[in-house]
Amino acid sequence: MIKTDILIIGAGPTGLFAVFEAGLLKLKCHLIDSLPMPGGQCAEIYPKKPIYDIPSHPEIMAGELIKNLEQQIAPFQPSYTLGENAVSIEKTEDDQFIVTTDQGTQHQAPVVAIAGGLGTFEPRKPPLENLHKYENKGVNYIIKDPEYYRDKKVVIAGGGDSALDWTIFLENVASSVTLVHRRNEFRGALDSVDKVQELKNEGRINLITPAEVTALKGSDLLERITITQGGASNDVECDHFIPLFGLTPKLGPIANWGLEIEKNAIKVDNSLDYQTNIPGIYAIGDVNTYPGKLKLILCGFHEATLMCQSAFKRIYPEKRNVLKYTTVSGVSGFDGSQKQAAKSTIKSIE
Amino acid sequence: MSLDIQIFLTDREGKRHELLAPTDMQMNLMEVCKAYELPVEGTCGGMALCASCQCYIESSHPLPERSEDEEAMLAEAFNVRDNSRLGCQIQMIPELNGLEITLAPEE
Repeated sequence: MIKTDILIIGAGPTGLFAVFEAGLLKLKCHLIDSLPMPGGQCAEIYPKKPIYDIPSHPEIMAGELIKNLEQQIAPFQPSYTLGENAVSIEKTEDDQFIVTTDQGTQHQAPVVAIAGGLGTFEPRKPPLENLHKYENKGVNYIIKDPEYYRDKKVVIAGGGDSALDWTIFLENVASSVTLVHRRNEFRGALDSVDKVQELKNEGRINLITPAEVTALKGSDLLERITITQGGASNDVECDHFIPLFGLTPKLGPIANWGLEIEKNAIKVDNSLDYQTNIPGIYAIGDVNTYPGKLKLILCGFHEATLMCQSAFKRIYPEKRNVLKYTTVSGVSGFDGSQKQAAKSTIKSIE
Repeated sequence: MSLDIQIFLTDREGKRHELLAPTDMQMNLMEVCKAYELPVEGTCGGMALCASCQCYIESSHPLPERSEDEEAMLAEAFNVRDNSRLGCQIQMIPELNGLEITLAPEE
């Protein structure tokens, strides 16, 4: 059981900044995220896109913003459960919450802050008739263990980095790799595009473009797929079909936690502390809604700050506390580090 | 002179909507749909990085060519037709008055 003061669900910019504000109040944070790395949408969807409305940053790449946040919160030693989805929540008799992930990891905290953005990232699934029937029976959306594909006939579909990277990687493992994409152009790192070109030239992979996978066939397990190219369709033997069309966020299991939901977002009390209808559960950032809500990173930062103050009062109802300024009090990290403004120099003029 | 243009939109249930879109607010078609609270997610915020605002252009208005980003996204989107466009890439300009569109199915 992982125990912490504030359990943050979602490690995007809002969740990460909450760690800093909590740290100033000596509260420890643990973050859960379905992605394998922190950063949320900024890391997954648009790391190379510039953002222009972060106060004091005339321009900053989304990926850079995440890197800076990680550096800023490092003294407060946040811990993570990454690549796992928070699926259930229950309340104990002593007012603690237990949050369990899809992989069974359990977390306990007196305060839960949902900073889930637009939700959990799930693979985008192509609209093929019997796709569902072959899921985990030949159709896989995420490659967990490459060895699973050893000496198998693999067909990958997609035109981005993950399609290119896995084609390159699995070429060494699988008995055959076919990459299918709807156009000849690929959107990926130049190195990867060149490498796939080389593998194609050497006859080590089958590259079929512009083409599309249009049908899945087999009995219990996937056996063949149909590839349509320029109006002609061909069946190809295939043990595994891996569609890699990126990820899309879905609110997911949080929708069933008994929280008040409006238009796919969690209703909170914005006049006070961004608490939901369940005391002790807060929702901050893009995942929440209230009159006048704006889905902006800068608003998420503000919401995270107010949430932490409220969380402190909830955890330590008897303790007196006032807002402190970092310029005055500095930052005392849980790692023993100390940031402090330099003392003023006072020198007399004779 | 009014700076608004009219857009005719058919939603996923086949219901027709008449939208008034300002041309002086740097708005794109995805944003107009959101302003009318139509079921268009605009997940990526308008960066041509998701296809949640995909629509079919039903009228013959002159549209700007698809950018490389839009082409790439549409090549990985589903239910794509020859007249598919990403709403976020279509700016509201006076020339588009009377534009007819249908929302593509949700993925």
